[in-house]
Amino acid sequence: MGVLTNNLTLFRDGFATTLQLFLYSAVLSLLLGTFLAMLRVSPVPVFRAIGTTYVTVVRNSPLTLVFGFFVFAYPYLEIIKFDFFTSAIVALTLYTSAFICEVVRSGINTVPVGQAEASRALGLTFPQMLGSVVLPQALRSVVPPLVSTLIALLKNTTIAAGFSVSEAGAIRDSLSEQGANMLLGLTWIAFGFVVLVIPLTLLQRVLEKRWSVAR
Amino acid sequence: MTAASTPPMIRMAGVDKFFGPLHVLKDVQLEVPKGQVVVVLGPSGSGKSTLCRAINRLEPIDSGTIEIDGQPLPAEGKELAQLRADVGMVFQSFNLFAHKSIVDNVMLAPVKVRKTPAAEARKSAMALLERVGIANQADKFPAQLSGGQQQRAAIARALAMRPKVMLFDEPTSALDPEMVQEVLDVMTTLAKEGMTMLVVTHEMGFARKAANRVIFMSDGEIVEDSTPEEFFSAPKSNRAKDFLGKILTH
Repeated sequence: MGVLTNNLTLFRDGFATTLQLFLYSAVLSLLLGTFLAMLRVSPVPVFRAIGTTYVTVVRNSPLTLVFGFFVFAYPYLEIIKFDFFTSAIVALTLYTSAFICEVVRSGINTVPVGQAEASRALGLTFPQMLGSVVLPQALRSVVPPLVSTLIALLKNTTIAAGFSVSEAGAIRDSLSEQGANMLLGLTWIAFGFVVLVIPLTLLQRVLEKRWSVAR
Repeated sequence: MTAASTPPMIRMAGVDKFFGPLHVLKDVQLEVPKGQVVVVLGPSGSGKSTLCRAINRLEPIDSGTIEIDGQPLPAEGKELAQLRADVGMVFQSFNLFAHKSIVDNVMLAPVKVRKTPAAEARKSAMALLERVGIANQADKFPAQLSGGQQQRAAIARALAMRPKVMLFDEPTSALDPEMVQEVLDVMTTLAKEGMTMLVVTHEMGFARKAANRVIFMSDGEIVEDSTPEEFFSAPKSNRAKDFLGKILTH
């Protein structure tokens, strides 16, 4: 217990930063990922190619590399300067959206083609069809893999510790400087992540129940 | 009534369509004047569903022209969407939006496409559901309804756009026998009210009772084009005789 109580601020600030990284990146990757999925099912070949290329390149790159690019290489381009925290959000978002995109796309594939045909026959445009008919049904059918991807994102935030962001993954460094009991320290960090993941699991259960689409 | 002043509601000229090597529509010529109820008959694989789906370009054609109310079908895009809004379509498998209640199904396109205010759209949706006899099911989801009720909801959804013409692609083929009549009744009423309709069906009773004209297709061609009385009592082609022989004997 001592490891935790003696370092309460350290733990609190660390996990607060983790939570912030997670929330920003989760919202942004859900948006970007869904947008990429729309590109990938678009009737316009160029849009499909952009979506496919993005997923191929980003999904196949290690997250540390994506981070490294944003923290060390991107500044050379001298476009907009990001601080470490923002760079971490950008890296996590770019990386996670590739996975979200594929989850959403698999959801789109579960929606029967008749739903799209009925929308088109009624005069809905392609964006209207996606927004009002296809995506709502697609998202409902992929709640479990979507939440899994978000849980992976939550844990991936610890990579940011290696790139000067003091989130929960960085608590270990401070503990080891103090010479604290690492077994206990790491156990508490792990416990912290379990506590953060539980609400996501509950959210999944609630959404699955509420959104179960009878066909 | 001259052709120049009132164009036919549907005009197909020299329409050809291939599925790979399969020639599914062969030089189809068809004009449907306003207010006419046309029933399309034919054995399965004769191209009748493809013909129906080609009219609002759910199936793009390979050559020829299709016009709706004098307007040629544009390429996929906003203009085509606008044209489709005026063409109601009812599918064999209903295709109601599974995640929306019945009344929301009916309201969706008027609100999104016609920009009708939601309250007004809901009011007309309820009136339409009343008309097809399922107003009491308005708040249920499609999967909670019987097939016949779902198909009537789908007809209401199409009518909500106040279409100029209605296309029915085998509307009763997926229904249990006891539910066929309730759907045909709605369609018969619609026909009597003067809606221009093109109906692909196997319901000979409906063809006799509600149609002004019967088109018989075989192997992608329009083989006969006559009145119901003529077609059922004195079919001209052997293919039609053969077809009627098969379906009317049991």
